[in-house]
Amino acid sequence: MGNSLLEVNNLDVSFKIGKKTYPALEDITFKINENTIVGVVGESGSGKSLTAQSILGILPTNTEVEGSIKLENDELINKSMKDWKKLRSNEVSLIFQEPMTSLNPLMKVGKQISEILKKHTNDSKEQRYKKTIKIMNEVGLKRSENLYHSYPHELSGGMRQRIVIAMAIINNPKLIIADEPTTALDVTIQAQILNLLKSIVKKRNGAMLFISHDWGVISQVCDYVLVMYAGQIVEQGLIENLLNNPQHPYTRGLIKAIPDFRKRGEALYSIPLRVPALTERNKGEWPYIKITKENAQCAAEIFPEITKEGTKE
Amino acid sequence: MKFLLKKFFSFIATIFIVSLTIFFIFNVLPGNPAHAILGIDADNQQIKLFEEDLGLDKPLHLRYIDWITGVAQGDLGESYKYRQPVEDVMQDRIPVSFSLAIIALLLTVVIGVPLGILIARTDGKWYSTVLSMITQLGISTPSFWLGFILILIFAVKLGLFPTYGFVPWSESFFGALRSYFLPALAIAISNIAIVIRYLRNSILDQSKQDYVRTAKVKGLGTSEIMYGHVLKNAFLPVLTILGLITADTLGGSIIIENVFALPGLGNLLVASIESRDFPLIQSLILIISLIIIVANFIVDLLYRVIDPRIRI
Repeated sequence: MGNSLLEVNNLDVSFKIGKKTYPALEDITFKINENTIVGVVGESGSGKSLTAQSILGILPTNTEVEGSIKLENDELINKSMKDWKKLRSNEVSLIFQEPMTSLNPLMKVGKQISEILKKHTNDSKEQRYKKTIKIMNEVGLKRSENLYHSYPHELSGGMRQRIVIAMAIINNPKLIIADEPTTALDVTIQAQILNLLKSIVKKRNGAMLFISHDWGVISQVCDYVLVMYAGQIVEQGLIENLLNNPQHPYTRGLIKAIPDFRKRGEALYSIPLRVPALTERNKGEWPYIKITKENAQCAAEIFPEITKEGTKE
Repeated sequence: MKFLLKKFFSFIATIFIVSLTIFFIFNVLPGNPAHAILGIDADNQQIKLFEEDLGLDKPLHLRYIDWITGVAQGDLGESYKYRQPVEDVMQDRIPVSFSLAIIALLLTVVIGVPLGILIARTDGKWYSTVLSMITQLGISTPSFWLGFILILIFAVKLGLFPTYGFVPWSESFFGALRSYFLPALAIAISNIAIVIRYLRNSILDQSKQDYVRTAKVKGLGTSEIMYGHVLKNAFLPVLTILGLITADTLGGSIIIENVFALPGLGNLLVASIESRDFPLIQSLILIISLIIIVANFIVDLLYRVIDPRIRI
């Protein structure tokens, strides 16, 4: 493990809806070292993508942010728009979940990549073209010279995701955030893309924040994992430790929910609590679960915090 | 190639149906051209001669066949009223209507598109909401009423433009521009409002798309994202609207030419309907239909240029 690259400390993000504010992320603290892939797992609504958006400064406008996010000791909270424009793609970039919609349908894919160079470098048109072809080859695209002039709808899902990855790495950012990069792809393509992402991090000595709800994928690529629920980190640790010896009952529940061929024929396990919606959350009352007669017992089993801190019933 | 062939056949079919419709609708209208042209006092003998002379005594379907074979050979027939070939009657009027329509369309695009972008970019601010409300008003205002109001304000009160009539282009360029400006504006205003609304909604809709987030993450600024990515996508639905607006502009010019006393095709159409001048009416409507079909064809072509997904 190298030096620490990203340090997030006590990050709070809340949404202002009407006159009330609702906590979306609370007390998020973690760090990412060089040369590591940190995974984030959690159910929908747990705040995985919001964490990513905070690091990129692309949170919705009705949010309030507190705490600190430092990239190489540079504080990112309250950066100006001008600074963000320089940071994005040079220091930190993002790979999206949906390769189908994350490309502009009316622009040639090559141009969508080289556009980044046009914005951030003083390269000539020819240099930009050469660099674009090079990066397209690097992410495993074949016949890049032809592909350069293709439109997104002419490519397969896997190829489009490679284009998105090429866009994310062309400026050599230190940190790449991958927000469920393989969810929309079929399994064989998924494996190829995961290997590509792993090799990119290794080769470039970079770091990656890898968001997924799929433990299988997380265990394949990540060194370290954050488990999130309703806007807080429930547990974090090295992947081996977490999988073999989970401490928090919620983590245990998530791991228990992974389908396993040895449990063939049994009903699949699912955690019997849903993630509370944003508007059901009151600050300081995490995990915000409304206790009823029916769920009281399992809520207390999964979240010891509820009884300990005496959450309002 | 296949596209052009398909377009050509649908063009022929449309024109055929249009020709049938206009011919039979006008010929079953109450009112007799002989009466309309000779006057109510004309005696039966005169009327009979007049009808024989023009072939009006033949059965309807034969008259249609005569007319349509003539049209196919480029002969639009002879006007009952003016006793001249229809082509000659229309000749001087085509440039007038054409100029009016082009200026109205130009005004629509030149004013509507930038305002649409502006309102979308300032969405949420109070003046953006006010402008949006004004566009609602613009859509629901009839063009002939606007015509009168514009005449009242700019021509009568301020004296900036002529109240009626026109100056041909050949006589004075600016004089012509001045005489076309108010009527073109009267036609354009509601269309400008429509373009603003559609473009605004389309831009706001596109701004929520994933590719915009991608562009943001690339480090592009708001303007670069707007002009480099969003606008082209947002313009596609507006293009369809522009096709419809072209039709509306031609329809609007029929009324507006009368309000401003411009000697164009619309003015001629109203006069020819009054005198039951069938060959003239039919030719005028056929020409207007033709222009609308061509406008839609141009919209189709533009779609293919902008959107690679329909270039198959």
